[in-house]
Amino acid sequence: MSNPADLLYADSHEWVKVEGDEAVVGITHFAQESLGDITYVELPAAGDTVSAGKEFGSVESVKAASDLVSPVNGEITAVNDTLENAPEQLNGKPYETWIIRVKLSSAPEGLMNAAAYEEHCKNEHH
Amino acid sequence: MSELRTTPLTAWHAAHGAKMAPFAGWEMPIQYEGILVEHQHTREHAGLFDICHMGEFLIEGPGADAALSRAVSHNLATLKAGRCRYGFILNEQGNVLDDCIVYRFGDDNFMIVVNAACAAGDFATLRARLPESVSLKDVSDDTAKIDLQGPESLDVLEALTGENFHGLPYFGFVKTTWNGASLLVSRTGYTGELGFELYIPAASALAFWEALLKDARVKPVGLGARDTLRLEAGLPLYGHELDDRHNPAEAGMGRMMTSEADYVGRAGAGEIRQVLLGLELEGRRAARNGDPVLAGGKEVGVVTSGSFAPSLGKVIAFAWVDKAAADGVNFTIKAARAELAATRAELPFYKDGTARKKLA
Repeated sequence: MSNPADLLYADSHEWVKVEGDEAVVGITHFAQESLGDITYVELPAAGDTVSAGKEFGSVESVKAASDLVSPVNGEITAVNDTLENAPEQLNGKPYETWIIRVKLSSAPEGLMNAAAYEEHCKNEHH
Repeated sequence: MSELRTTPLTAWHAAHGAKMAPFAGWEMPIQYEGILVEHQHTREHAGLFDICHMGEFLIEGPGADAALSRAVSHNLATLKAGRCRYGFILNEQGNVLDDCIVYRFGDDNFMIVVNAACAAGDFATLRARLPESVSLKDVSDDTAKIDLQGPESLDVLEALTGENFHGLPYFGFVKTTWNGASLLVSRTGYTGELGFELYIPAASALAFWEALLKDARVKPVGLGARDTLRLEAGLPLYGHELDDRHNPAEAGMGRMMTSEADYVGRAGAGEIRQVLLGLELEGRRAARNGDPVLAGGKEVGVVTSGSFAPSLGKVIAFAWVDKAAADGVNFTIKAARAELAATRAELPFYKDGTARKKLA
């Protein structure tokens, strides 16, 4: 699966779609494939503050667990609570399944474009 | 570090997109399509598992029956030829060195099937416990073990071999041939479903594996789903639910300890210090091996295995709990990211398995 060109990517395998002063955040195809079948998503609440590089939740699969790391700074304005009962959406359609929407308090920094992110993933395959 | 060992099927797995990972010193397939799909396919149809990493030893010679009866916990006095039985190799204190299946071929002729991680130690233990007149031969390298499990496994196996296995009882086996290769068909398994453990010479393993997969009812299944299937079926995994600090009675296996032979560890095999409990958790977050178990705010045990159970739609776990707290119903599990509420559950967790189905 190719990584959409209109998104930005964090080295911790979250994607970001910037829409004006808001950002939508999800996890990448690489992330969901590495985790395997996702069975649980720990979600934050709307109104919570997120900081770039800091954990805002977690995902669990049958075999593993992983932190969700915010790629941006800001305040959460909406949470995709359909993931509570249907976390497998993250496996099936990682780029159509958002996790949080954030009102940005600063412009995103240090994120990669799709080409740079693909290189990053190649380096994680040993 | 030493190289990972490979099975006759390792190259096939890699070529067919399996995610591979080290397991007990072997490079094994964890999943092909995905754990949930493979799990469900095994519950509904037939899953095929590469279990070649497990160890097989042949034990024979005059006095083998009596000598083996003293070396392992299995009650061989009531084990007929053509039947196999689950049991343990115990240490002197009665704790579990390994769990294993003993097959009786004849009066003084057996096969014992052991866990990969324990195989070298088991061989040394058995050699030390058996007299010189009894031969102990490790045939693991020459023996491929392939498990075919699921409600459609019988039909698949009969279609491939042209033979009738409806007469095989649970824990019964028969020796036959496939394409000129010797084949041992054992009606046993590790999934809770009707199924077979199949032993064939390593040289025939790949052809046999591919022949079974030609049947549309069969999918390859990795060790990931093998773990969720066995956990739902309430079956222990050595190194998790069984270890050399606990005895069979503590693991809930006391009733099967019917051997009257003077076997190693017999005296200590019944003392209860901790109890292995099945637990059901609230929510979808899993407890994992090593998570502390609390009751009344006090640590009373530890989780040995835990996972989301695909066939149950909830999280289940096994845990060792101190005897004094083991009659409790409600526990708290201190998982890595949260405290989880757990309730004691009856085993097996999954009760609709077809393993013991009457066939005749």
